[in-house]
Amino acid sequence: MNVIVCLKQVPDTETQIKIAPDGKSIVTDDIKWVMNPYDEYGVEEALRLKEKFGGEVTVVSLGPKRVTESIRTALAMGADKGILISDDALEGSDSLATAKALAAAIKDLDYDLIFTGQRGVDDDMGVVGASLAEFLDVPQFSVIVKVEVAEDGKSVKAHRPVEGQVLVVESSLPALITTQKGLNEPRYATLPGIMKAKKKPFEEKTLADLGLDPAKVGEGGRKVKILELTPPPKRGEGKIIEGETPQEKAAELAKLLHEEAKVF
Amino acid sequence: MAQGVWTIAEQRDGEIRKITYEVASEGRRLADALGEELTVVLLGADIKDKGAELGNYGADRVLVADDPRLGTYTTDGYVAVISQLVKADDPAILLIGASSQGKDLSARLSANLGIGMAQDCTVFSVEDGNLVATRPIYAGKAYARLTFEDSWPQMATARPNVMSINEPDTSRSAEVVDASFSLDDSSLKTKVVDVVKDESGKVDLTEADKIVSGGRGMKGPENYKILEDFADLIGATVGASRSAVDAGWRPHSDQVGQTGKVVSPNLYVACGISGAIQHLAGMSTSKVIVAINKDEEAPIFQKADYGVVADLFDVVPALTEEVKKYL
Repeated sequence: MNVIVCLKQVPDTETQIKIAPDGKSIVTDDIKWVMNPYDEYGVEEALRLKEKFGGEVTVVSLGPKRVTESIRTALAMGADKGILISDDALEGSDSLATAKALAAAIKDLDYDLIFTGQRGVDDDMGVVGASLAEFLDVPQFSVIVKVEVAEDGKSVKAHRPVEGQVLVVESSLPALITTQKGLNEPRYATLPGIMKAKKKPFEEKTLADLGLDPAKVGEGGRKVKILELTPPPKRGEGKIIEGETPQEKAAELAKLLHEEAKVF
Repeated sequence: MAQGVWTIAEQRDGEIRKITYEVASEGRRLADALGEELTVVLLGADIKDKGAELGNYGADRVLVADDPRLGTYTTDGYVAVISQLVKADDPAILLIGASSQGKDLSARLSANLGIGMAQDCTVFSVEDGNLVATRPIYAGKAYARLTFEDSWPQMATARPNVMSINEPDTSRSAEVVDASFSLDDSSLKTKVVDVVKDESGKVDLTEADKIVSGGRGMKGPENYKILEDFADLIGATVGASRSAVDAGWRPHSDQVGQTGKVVSPNLYVACGISGAIQHLAGMSTSKVIVAINKDEEAPIFQKADYGVVADLFDVVPALTEEVKKYL
């Protein structure tokens, strides 16, 4: 079973986000870049499938050279090969262009399953996985917490929690699955793993390699334009509830929630 | 030329879901701003009789795709049908709810139609005849104002619980129209083979009107009983911080934050949650925020409308008793 895992490199979730002077991007100095947390579940699930069925795990990512480090992390966890799509013209690509470039890199590979994180924790769009599946013309299941590949390796069942229920959905392979927290506990890279990762195949591809038109990707190819980024809206000044005892504070809070906030 | 505002309805087991009214109400406001018509698109099986009522929320027209294969949502079935309807009618704006279903649908539809989209937006407006969508990024640590470039329809999804629902006007009715579409069985590659219902009857965090969350300060899974008692009383859903989930005290599905659920209830009560940036990111669009924490330096107090500096084990049971006076 050959599995592809798409990775995105994102700012660590503890990062303070500062808006750059152009008002349309963020300050990237001092950001600690990490593998998107949701993508780690994809790497882990792919490795478990490989352990059960054999085959190869290929990691595909798109972004600047620094992303190599996140691909190496996946290789150190146990993935077999890495591909980085890197081209200055891709800078500023929206979800659609990103999915197109990934599709171009993946379409000729031999795969049974593709994993992507259910969303990147940077732009929070959650669109690339489904768009990639559309461009590759394979079924997709989003936000999945359990993956069951049939013993014959020909079909997959996936558990998808939605509001108030879990849907068990099924399709034949190949298919694409976007991964959610709860799917598994991703392993850590071991020291021997890190050593081995250095020797694993790693390829870089440009837009020209993929036969893509630079005008249709990147900032210029965006279908969605950023007018401006702003800090979150300010909340009103909060009140600290006064009182001598916890009971008095509780009484005052209940009164304010009823009379002022009117929440019950 | 593309014209009109479309919203997509959401039904489950033949019942219209609340997000449908939220999105239709917002669609009405945008249609008024443009001086155009609002069409609500309703897909389902034996669903046509639910169409007229959507007029009460502002729909001028309800386009119904009625087919046994559309009773249960599947990505491929819904994308195939909506894509055909959009291409035939060329709407200017397409709004969908950012529910589990809507996020899945919109993501695939955007690639199918080759159009841009803005996911999980909190504010919409019309400027110079174009849709402008505002959405949180980095889980709310910043907001992006977006518009569309040569991309029709201008597609966006609306965060659940954010758009206000129009007061139903029973004097308004919508024209209910049968949609014309074809659906080929061979294009349906996915199927729902089982539905496991949550029997707890608890409202999902993303749809909850009130949430009571507990963090590391709860000290252990057994202590969530006091939050559950309070939550049951006020009709709230219990949530948790990442540290409580990672400690194994609560299931993953309860996690609020950047790597969990992003929520917008009317009332969010954070108990024993210090307010790590990744937690704040998941709940900062809540309307009223209450923080109960014994550490007065906890960052959660900077986001709170009401802060109580005290031990939650004293305050929460007392609060439960006090609130009974008002119910």
